[in-house]
Amino acid sequence: MLTGALFAGCAAGLIAALLHFAFVQEVILLGEGYETGELTHFSGSALEAPADHAHEAGAADDHVQGAEAADPSALTRNGLTVLFTILIYVSYAGLLVAGFGLAETLGKRVGAVEGLLWGIAGFVSFQLAPALGLPPELPGTVAADLGDRQVWWWGAVALTGTALALLAYGHHAWKYPLAVGMLALPHIIGAPTIDEYYGVAPPEVGAMFSARVLGVGLAVWAVLGWVAGQLWERSRTA
Amino acid sequence: MTTLSSVKTTSGLASVLAMVVMGVALMFVAGHAQSATLHDAAHDMRHATGFPCH
Repeated sequence: MLTGALFAGCAAGLIAALLHFAFVQEVILLGEGYETGELTHFSGSALEAPADHAHEAGAADDHVQGAEAADPSALTRNGLTVLFTILIYVSYAGLLVAGFGLAETLGKRVGAVEGLLWGIAGFVSFQLAPALGLPPELPGTVAADLGDRQVWWWGAVALTGTALALLAYGHHAWKYPLAVGMLALPHIIGAPTIDEYYGVAPPEVGAMFSARVLGVGLAVWAVLGWVAGQLWERSRTA
Repeated sequence: MTTLSSVKTTSGLASVLAMVVMGVALMFVAGHAQSATLHDAAHDMRHATGFPCH
């Protein structure tokens, strides 16, 4: 179980890193250009954000200072991005394979095709559904309190994942209203937001960033699920 | 037979639980922990996977 998760997670993480550098990193750097003031969007500047809001909202300023203090070389920065991308996809793979194991104890077979569907469901649970409330954050955007957002994020992930599993594997008719309720609940509660928008990056860049992050996420989760399902099936039949 | 299946199921559930704990712990450390070092190291990945970052 662990070996399959490690292999699938590393493979998916490497593909994710490749797609990240092909599509996403350039947009992050562009956003940081606006965040640091190196570039200026015509209607916005970090200096124009009310100081109390910037502080209360979690502090784009602190973030910029932290990044400047560390000032890693591009090689170090990108190397760490590859490393952490692999780590996060190994964590996704661990949870995915745990799901396979749970399905098996309930008498459900998981192979490559089911794995692909699980991967897409994982993308919906971990990236798409949370993004409805908390869109992927381009550097240079300002959001609500970090702790509140993290709590909402974990809640949205847990409820969405459980609801999808219930829809796929539940036996009773009541699974439909229950699952729909669980899918809707985080969005009825609503993600933490701030009262106004203080982001200094252009909306065009933010939109491009969100779209690319979600596109890359779907592609890599599909690969992750397929590979993990394939390995799972082989380990069961070996 | 019943004993064997129940042992198998228990061991299966223990593995499932271990994988869940590992996955969540790794996700927390890589994606959510707010130590400055971890944040800076994981920064680009956190943004690129849609985690709340800072």
